[in-house]
Amino acid sequence: MATGVAAWLPFARAAAIGWMPVANCPMPIAPRDNSKRQDELIILNVSGRRFQTWRTTLDRYPDTLLGSSEKDFFYNEETKEYFFDRDPDAFRSILNFYRTGKLHYPRHECISAYDEELTFFGIIPEIIGDCCYEEYKDRKRENLERLQDDQEENKDMKMPNMNFRETMWRAFENPHTSTMALVFYYVTGFFIAISVITNVVETVPCGSTANQKDMPCGERYTVAFFCMDTACVMIFTVEYLMRLFAAPSRYRFMRSVMSIIDVVAILPYYIGLVMTNNEDVSGAFVTLRVFRVFRIFKFSRHSQGLRILGYTLKSCASELGFLLFSLTMAIIIFATVMFYAEKGSSSSKFTSIPASFWYTIVTMTTLGYGDMVPKTIAGKIFGSICSLSGVLVIALPVPVIVSNFSRIYHQNQRADKRRAQKKARLARIRIAKSGSANAFLQSKHNGLLNELLELTGTEEDEHKLTKSISLLESQHHHLLHCLEKTTAHEFVDEQIFEQNCLETALQTFPSGSPSMSDHDSPVGGCCGRRGKKNNPLPNASLLTAHPIPTHQGPLQELSAIHIQSSDPLSHTASRSNLNLKTGDSSKINCKGGRITTAIISLPTPPALTPDGDGLHGPPQRRPPPPPGNPPPPSIQTTTSSAGINIVKVSAL
Amino acid sequence: MLDFGILNRGVAKCLSLFAKLLPIFISVIENPSFKKCKFTKPLAGIYELELSAVRHRPEGLEQLEAQTRFSRKELQILYRGFKNECPSGVVNEETFKDIYSQFFPQGDASTYAHFLFNAFDTDHNGSVSFEDFVMGLSILLRGTVQEKLNWAFNLYDINKDGYITKEEMLDIMKAIYDMMGKCTYPVLKEETPRQHVEVFFQKMDKNKDGVVTIDEFIDCCQNDENIMRSMHLFENVL
Repeated sequence: MATGVAAWLPFARAAAIGWMPVANCPMPIAPRDNSKRQDELIILNVSGRRFQTWRTTLDRYPDTLLGSSEKDFFYNEETKEYFFDRDPDAFRSILNFYRTGKLHYPRHECISAYDEELTFFGIIPEIIGDCCYEEYKDRKRENLERLQDDQEENKDMKMPNMNFRETMWRAFENPHTSTMALVFYYVTGFFIAISVITNVVETVPCGSTANQKDMPCGERYTVAFFCMDTACVMIFTVEYLMRLFAAPSRYRFMRSVMSIIDVVAILPYYIGLVMTNNEDVSGAFVTLRVFRVFRIFKFSRHSQGLRILGYTLKSCASELGFLLFSLTMAIIIFATVMFYAEKGSSSSKFTSIPASFWYTIVTMTTLGYGDMVPKTIAGKIFGSICSLSGVLVIALPVPVIVSNFSRIYHQNQRADKRRAQKKARLARIRIAKSGSANAFLQSKHNGLLNELLELTGTEEDEHKLTKSISLLESQHHHLLHCLEKTTAHEFVDEQIFEQNCLETALQTFPSGSPSMSDHDSPVGGCCGRRGKKNNPLPNASLLTAHPIPTHQGPLQELSAIHIQSSDPLSHTASRSNLNLKTGDSSKINCKGGRITTAIISLPTPPALTPDGDGLHGPPQRRPPPPPGNPPPPSIQTTTSSAGINIVKVSAL
Repeated sequence: MLDFGILNRGVAKCLSLFAKLLPIFISVIENPSFKKCKFTKPLAGIYELELSAVRHRPEGLEQLEAQTRFSRKELQILYRGFKNECPSGVVNEETFKDIYSQFFPQGDASTYAHFLFNAFDTDHNGSVSFEDFVMGLSILLRGTVQEKLNWAFNLYDINKDGYITKEEMLDIMKAIYDMMGKCTYPVLKEETPRQHVEVFFQKMDKNKDGVVTIDEFIDCCQNDENIMRSMHLFENVL
């Protein structure tokens, strides 16, 4: 039932009184309205803008969010209103749908945003009224085409495990993927050009020899041309067979247009080989040579413009058909008229209606060769009508074709532009993503700092260091930390990872860098106390901007962490590369490359002069350092040979 | 002058030719592959997709309140987040993988997300509705330790046959290690997941029959302090 007229239902029911006197059977019992709810005003708070409507308005469409009990999920008890965190502007049209029964699409709205809103509120877009439906569909189609382009480009990305066949196919389809493919592309293009030029030059008269008159080059240098033709056909055959081999679906490949062109290009040669000296079919043989010109269509693989043209013609098939049909009609009409008009005049060239076709076509397309001209007055009158109407008939469908071509061409332009922009976009996105990974590593480091400061009880420093890390972030980091504990491996930054790989490969011997006692990871004592199996891994992985050629030893202890600090003077620069939020980092007192504790390699506040207790925090978390370690935990600027302070932190 | 006999014969021939060609012509035009020629309707497939877009409305708040251990407010919060990410009301596997992968930028979380999806999708219909989602969460956040261990067992038991085999555990372990990504310290080796699985089986498989049953699993976990403590880790997530 049309819900818009729901308000008139009581009227219709009341008017049913009119049937009662004539009814023979007793009437059924009326349904009771058990929910004696008064119609009440509902307040819908959409991002601050309050909409009010009657409850019954919303109940008209019970299969949407607002009309069903689903809106209870959004009910705010304190303010007694329904709160939606959505776009209030888009909500207007949605609420109007409930009020009027018609859904309109606001033209200034982005199509995907609008779609999302509709999905959120459970309204299917097909309900959009006729006034706005076409626009909606057009915009949606455009958007989908755009997204389709993007998806197709993604397929360009190399998949990890491609066998030889797939690699070859990819190389054929996208020449820019590898050098070999590019070379192949240009070579085939060159040979197509050679073949076409050969075909053309073959027919040029090459100058006469002594005893014979002008003959075309093809007959003069038969052998040379034959060799060239053979070479080209060889190349084309090899290319076709390779494509056939590499195609993922051979049947589909064989049916595709390009492969048909390929076949048509090389077939005449082979047919010619087969029936060389058969006089009967030499006529057909000559005809076959015509098909060699189809080789020029092979260029469409090399030229995007050609492909666009072909695509346009295919997509305008109906318009072209109409053009053809109307032209044919006009030609027949005018040819008939001209024939009968010129029948009377003597020596008229209009010998038959089909003969007049030629005149009509030439006139309608405004060519006007002049080989056939009307001589009678009637003929001239009709001839002029013919040329005028020709212009009209041709001019009408052409703009449609042109606009189609323009649309497709611009789409391609857009695709190219998007492809170019995509690289920059992806690079920026990658930086942002790596920023989040680094954020975790950074927070680990900061967590350590925090712990340390807590231990030493320097209140003001602790406040300085408390990064305003949001709850969400800290929870996310906790999650990543739990994953680390599960797998007993740690996240490290790419640089450190590569260095570690280098070290394990190089296997250098240890230098005299001091190794400090360890400290357990204080960041979030998740998963309780250390398990017996999992060695505690120190968490501080501090980097510097300079990938320093390490003199330090190999990874003797599995969980040793190498902390490198750069030259003290340059630490400010290096700190800034640590993705630290600069506000907080500057507060850390950067004074010389003083290594006071094992954890923090880089400049730590001088207040953190070590004391034995400082290193060992609350006993339940930090086991005491092994006795064998070198005693002085504080190292003042142990400048090793390269001015680099390298601290080794080993785990227990 | 025209010979009408010839004319008649000609017309008859034309008509018969036309009659012969017509069915071929019609069959060509009506051939669906001809209609769906790529250049005329590139997006024909998309229109069908739209119609089948699934829209799902969850049960009422009261019923969900009764079935899960969440309060009304918590359910509201959960639903808002859920609906924000999936306006249509259901999560399919692709979306689930996307969402989950965003939390682990360094590694590849899709395999593990696949197993998680199967664990949440209790009726195995390929999509996770809000009810599935909230039931799962209710167990994980508000359930007893027994229920949580049950859920974990269910997660590990990929084919849901009541036994965890080494292969299943290896798949799960590889998926977990995949989430770490490449840049780890120490460097992840090929046999690390396998070794981890060995350790796991040594601990859990009491009767050494090569599979872990639910009872062995629960028994063993209840005797392990670490595990018991970690079960209570996420209780105040909401």
